[in-house]
Amino acid sequence: MHMADALLSPAVGATMWVASGALLAFSARQLRERGEDHLVPLMGVLGAFVFAAQMINFAIPATGSSGHLGGGLLLAILLGPHAAFIVIASVLTVQALFFADGGLLALGANIFNLGVFPCFIAYPLVYRLVAGAAGSPGRIVAGSVAAAVVGLQLGSLAVVCQTVASGISSLPFGSFLLLMQPIHLAIGVVEGLATAAVVLFVRRARPDLLAPPPVPAAAAAPEPGMLRPLVAGLAVAAVAAGGVLSWFASSQPDGLEWSIERVAGEEGLPEAGTGVHGALAALQDRLSFLPDYGLPADAQPEVPEAAADAAWPVVDPGTSLAGVVGGAITLCMVWLVTLLMRRRR
Amino acid sequence: MSHIDAALRDLRSLESLARRDTPLAQVDPRAKLVATLAFIVAVVSFDRYTVAALLPFAAYPAVLAAMAEVPWRLLVRKLLIAAPFAVMVGLFNPLLDSAPQLVLGSIPVSGGWLSFASILLRFALTVSAALVLVATTGLYPLCVALGRLGVPWVFTNQLLFLFRYAFVLGGEASRMATARLLRANGRPLRLASYGPLVGHLLLRSLERAQRVHQAMVARGFDGRLRSHRQLRWTARDSVFVLGWCGFFLLARSVNLPQWLGEVAGA
Repeated sequence: MHMADALLSPAVGATMWVASGALLAFSARQLRERGEDHLVPLMGVLGAFVFAAQMINFAIPATGSSGHLGGGLLLAILLGPHAAFIVIASVLTVQALFFADGGLLALGANIFNLGVFPCFIAYPLVYRLVAGAAGSPGRIVAGSVAAAVVGLQLGSLAVVCQTVASGISSLPFGSFLLLMQPIHLAIGVVEGLATAAVVLFVRRARPDLLAPPPVPAAAAAPEPGMLRPLVAGLAVAAVAAGGVLSWFASSQPDGLEWSIERVAGEEGLPEAGTGVHGALAALQDRLSFLPDYGLPADAQPEVPEAAADAAWPVVDPGTSLAGVVGGAITLCMVWLVTLLMRRRR
Repeated sequence: MSHIDAALRDLRSLESLARRDTPLAQVDPRAKLVATLAFIVAVVSFDRYTVAALLPFAAYPAVLAAMAEVPWRLLVRKLLIAAPFAVMVGLFNPLLDSAPQLVLGSIPVSGGWLSFASILLRFALTVSAALVLVATTGLYPLCVALGRLGVPWVFTNQLLFLFRYAFVLGGEASRMATARLLRANGRPLRLASYGPLVGHLLLRSLERAQRVHQAMVARGFDGRLRSHRQLRWTARDSVFVLGWCGFFLLARSVNLPQWLGEVAGA
């Protein structure tokens, strides 16, 4: 499930960008240091493979729905976690750019949710443990399903946390979680089975591709241990950054600011008919580029309380109407400008 | 399987738009990237109930799309395809947040509907800006720009390889799916045949990767794609970035529609 720009606050989006960007740089360095540059064309083609394979659906009997490969886990099994992470990040980037899946700000969150969990957690900590090095078919199936479920559960949990921390959606944490986790449990099982089907086929047809994984076993062994502090560190940093930023945001006037400032700004603006000067002064005040997002813990009780009565008289019908009329004028202007530009050419 | 071909056609359509020689195609890709990122941050930084103040931001994707002659229909179709998740999550807002936030004439509007409208607007703005960025720039210049801005080359190379081979392997997948469909007599694809089908696609992909790699090594490939494209930052690019960022700051700090509405005497 792709996270969307529309549901993210800049603080959460930026935090996820930093986390994903750092892991991307880390993975790129790992590849270079291990002299695995020869993987580059292979990775590119495998990215295209995942892209193509995601479009082939298989029918799930008796449900009328269909499933397909997620790709992250399969890539990790074939390429090792670092290369797989770069490949899945590139697939998500192309999807964000060309298919509008998610968006550019949400790309960091999507890479984290769909890349980090399958490659750096589900593969080394679940798949490798359950499936083992040699891997009988039964263990491969069990490992794939378990790893896919773990990866997707963590991913959807992250989607819930990011959405709730952004505070754009009103869905409370608990209900959103109850909505997302069961769906992703089912998706996880289906994806695990699909991954296992492909891995088992490759194991029959080209066992050499799986036996010595591109990451030498010796180098791979200490990997989870080495990575865990990094991932944990990033997680702590992300949570801390998010917490600090949200604290800043909620210490700004929030929620009702929208209507209050309307009233306050009413006198300020027309009088600043000199235009730029007034705008710049107002700009300086409000340059805090943080939204007034608060964690729903603060926002939820606050809104009904405020809603009670005290705050509402602030809403001035005239002000709201001005917003609507002005909005229509704005859109007309945008439309006219674009019309003129198209005409001119 | 027609939907694979449709997806590939979509992929190609945006890229081919970027190939045309429009005034925007000559703007440095870094300038467009920076302006678009500034745009997205400005749009999502509004608080959840903002609707009117977001409208001026429509100017950015609209003007760029007009300058580059990006067809509206293409943008709208892509927006609709991508909409479900944000819309579904947003739809809960009117249910959960029913405290009235403002009054239009005599009709009270709840905070939930306001924030739902805000989510839809944010979605349309951010997604169309990203699509317009690609449609006016193209992936290759974008990757060069990303590399210049410090993104590891392993990743930009990866994007370019992926994009190039998406068509090759997408076509392969489409042919395999069609071949199966012709033999399957209408039976749906089950997991038992899915494994071998996708597995074969994987093996073919790997063999192709090997051939590609050998061919590249034979031509002196050392693990890194080199660009012949020189980016030159000109005054026009500075004007582009500063002009748009100035507009974003203005629209972020002043509620333009509100002001217009008051001037219009509402």
